[in-house]
Amino acid sequence: MTETVAQITNRRVVHLAGEIDLEHAPQVRKVLLGAVEEGRMILVDMAEVEYIDSSGIACLIEALQKARAISADLALIAVNPQAMRVLALARLDTVFAIHNDLTSAVQAAS
Amino acid sequence: MSNTAFDTAVQSECLDTLLHVRFPAKVDRIKLIRPGIERSARMCGLAPDSSRDVVLAVDEACQNIIVHGYQSDNGGEIELTLIRYSTGIVVELRDRAPIVDPSTIRHRALNDIQPGKLGSYLMHAIMDRVEYFLAPGGGNLLRMYKRKEGTT
Repeated sequence: MTETVAQITNRRVVHLAGEIDLEHAPQVRKVLLGAVEEGRMILVDMAEVEYIDSSGIACLIEALQKARAISADLALIAVNPQAMRVLALARLDTVFAIHNDLTSAVQAAS
Repeated sequence: MSNTAFDTAVQSECLDTLLHVRFPAKVDRIKLIRPGIERSARMCGLAPDSSRDVVLAVDEACQNIIVHGYQSDNGGEIELTLIRYSTGIVVELRDRAPIVDPSTIRHRALNDIQPGKLGSYLMHAIMDRVEYFLAPGGGNLLRMYKRKEGTT
C-alpha cells in the first residue's frame, strides 16, 4: 500500500494505491485525517486501490465525518469497479461525493 | 466438520473440500489466502464479482476473529476450510479464541454511517447464510454459505 498527498491549487489530493486493509488502515487513517486538518477540499484518488475492506472504508467514513464537522469537503475520485462494489455493498456509494476524475471533481466544486 | 441443521438449510450436496489451511491470526497473513479463496469460489461456479465478494466476507470474518476473538494477540491460529457444494461454496472458519455468544454480535443499521461494525454487516450482505457454532473440541466455528448464481 502506498499513499501520496499533493496540493493542487486549494485542494489536497490524497492518492491511495494497493491494498487498503486492516494491516494498512492505521496508516491510511493518519494520512486522511491529516489531509482534512490541512485542507478545506480533500480529494481521495482511488484509481489504483486494488482491494479495500471494512477497515479501509471506516477510514474514509471517519475522514468524511471529520471534514463535515469543520465544514470542509471530502470527495472520492476515480473509484475503480472493485472498490465501488464494496462501497455499494456497504450502501455508502451515495454517502460520498464520487467523481470520475480530478477535472470533474474540480468543476463540481467551483 | 459438518452440521446437520446447516446442511439441511443449504439443501445442497457436499461434493469435496477445495482448500484446508491453518494460519497465524495476524493482520498481515490474511492477504496470503485471498487468491486461494477467489479461485475456490470460481471453481464452485460463482461469478467473478461474487467470488471477490466471498473473499471480502472471509477477510472480514478473519478480521473479527483477530481483533475481537484473539484481541489482536498474535499467538492464535485460524483454520480455514472451503467446501464445494453442488449449489455453491461453504466456508468454515475455526478459531481457539474465547467462546463467542452469537447473540452479542451486532452489525450496523442500514442508515448508520459510523466507521465501526461494518465487517459483520458486509459478511451478512454478501453471504446467503452465516452461522456460528461451538467447535467440536473447543473454540468457535463460523460457517458461511454462498449460493452460485442461477440456483435456488
